[in-house]
Amino acid sequence: MKTDSNVYTIIYATVLVVIVAVALAVVSQVLSPRQQANALLDKQKQILVALNQDIDAVANPAALYKELCQDTIACGNTEVYVFNVDSATKYVLRLHGQGLWGGIGGYLALNDDKNTVFGINFNHESETPGLGAEIVTEKFRSQFVGKHIKDATGAIRSIAVLKVGKSAEEGQEQVDAYAGATITSTGVNDMLATNLEEYREFLMEGKEADYAE
Amino acid sequence: MLSKKTKEAFWGPLNINNPVVVQILGICSALAVTVQLKPALVMGISVTIIVALSNVVISLIRKSIPMRIRIIVQLVVVAALVTIVSEVLKAFAYDVAMQLSVYIGLIITNCILMGRLEAFAMTNNVGESLMDGLGNGFGYAWILVVVAFVRELLGSGKILGYQIIPDSWYIANGGLYENCGMMLMPAMALILVGCVIWIHRIANEEKK
Repeated sequence: MKTDSNVYTIIYATVLVVIVAVALAVVSQVLSPRQQANALLDKQKQILVALNQDIDAVANPAALYKELCQDTIACGNTEVYVFNVDSATKYVLRLHGQGLWGGIGGYLALNDDKNTVFGINFNHESETPGLGAEIVTEKFRSQFVGKHIKDATGAIRSIAVLKVGKSAEEGQEQVDAYAGATITSTGVNDMLATNLEEYREFLMEGKEADYAE
Repeated sequence: MLSKKTKEAFWGPLNINNPVVVQILGICSALAVTVQLKPALVMGISVTIIVALSNVVISLIRKSIPMRIRIIVQLVVVAALVTIVSEVLKAFAYDVAMQLSVYIGLIITNCILMGRLEAFAMTNNVGESLMDGLGNGFGYAWILVVVAFVRELLGSGKILGYQIIPDSWYIANGGLYENCGMMLMPAMALILVGCVIWIHRIANEEKK
């Protein structure tokens, strides 16, 4: 067979592409339920960590999530998850922002006063291990617990992530940034600030409008 | 059992003809995924599987490939295999797939793959191509593992995520030890690969 002719080349390329396309479509179809289940479980685990649940000690995190989750409230383009942990209401807000190398995100759990941080969890796509990636550690996250996202007047005032030794503005609470991971820490700081604004409608619900800056 | 040529195809790339330290191929990914051991292992295994399979596929169809579009055919085969591996990882090893993120996709551009397909699989039979693919994959993987082992141990005090350096040694806990932050930087991977090349050359000096 003459493999150099134009007709042969075109037919060969066409057949090859069709075979590959069919193969990829089949693989994608077969695996997609499993991938979606993984993504959902991963999200549920992250929310459970934000709610201070020890997911390593739980045999079935999905069942625990189902047990605790009460409701979801729509808020603008996003939504608030309502949980019941030890018979107290907790609200979970989704966070998303930009780190050094890629996206960062997380879940912020608030007490029913919509002010005190109950727990927080972070995730990241590709921050530097040992530096930016340390935002996921218990050590960094635990600093946020008990902090407030509103100032004395009730206005939204995000928690600042600052280098050790620096102090936040009057009325703003702060945590220590991870040394050496300046850009990731700034990313967390900005993520909190911008995301809380997205939830303004929910956070300020039932408050007088003049609390808004 | 195996012919001398087949054995050579497998053992050569592990040492004398190593793709990373002798041919200096695939360096880019060696820098990117070697901060910790686990992604390096998965990356090594993924590349091994993809090189071996694409070598076999190309070797099988080598006589039918039109010469003018052979590089495109090779690329299509590699890209298809990489996509499949990436999908499988997302379905069965979600954590690792997230950790490796974009680098699995970038296996397509790994020079070792195209190098082996063009230089070996296009002109050799299936058995030899399989062994050549496995040899090059493992040759790449063991360098990654060595570099990642050193970087994770000295950079974070851990191996495979388990703390190896006792907590009490750290300055924060009253000890004298501190993790080497340099190890976490991509540049350090290059320096470590350089050290491996150096040791490798010394060890193989007489054989040349």
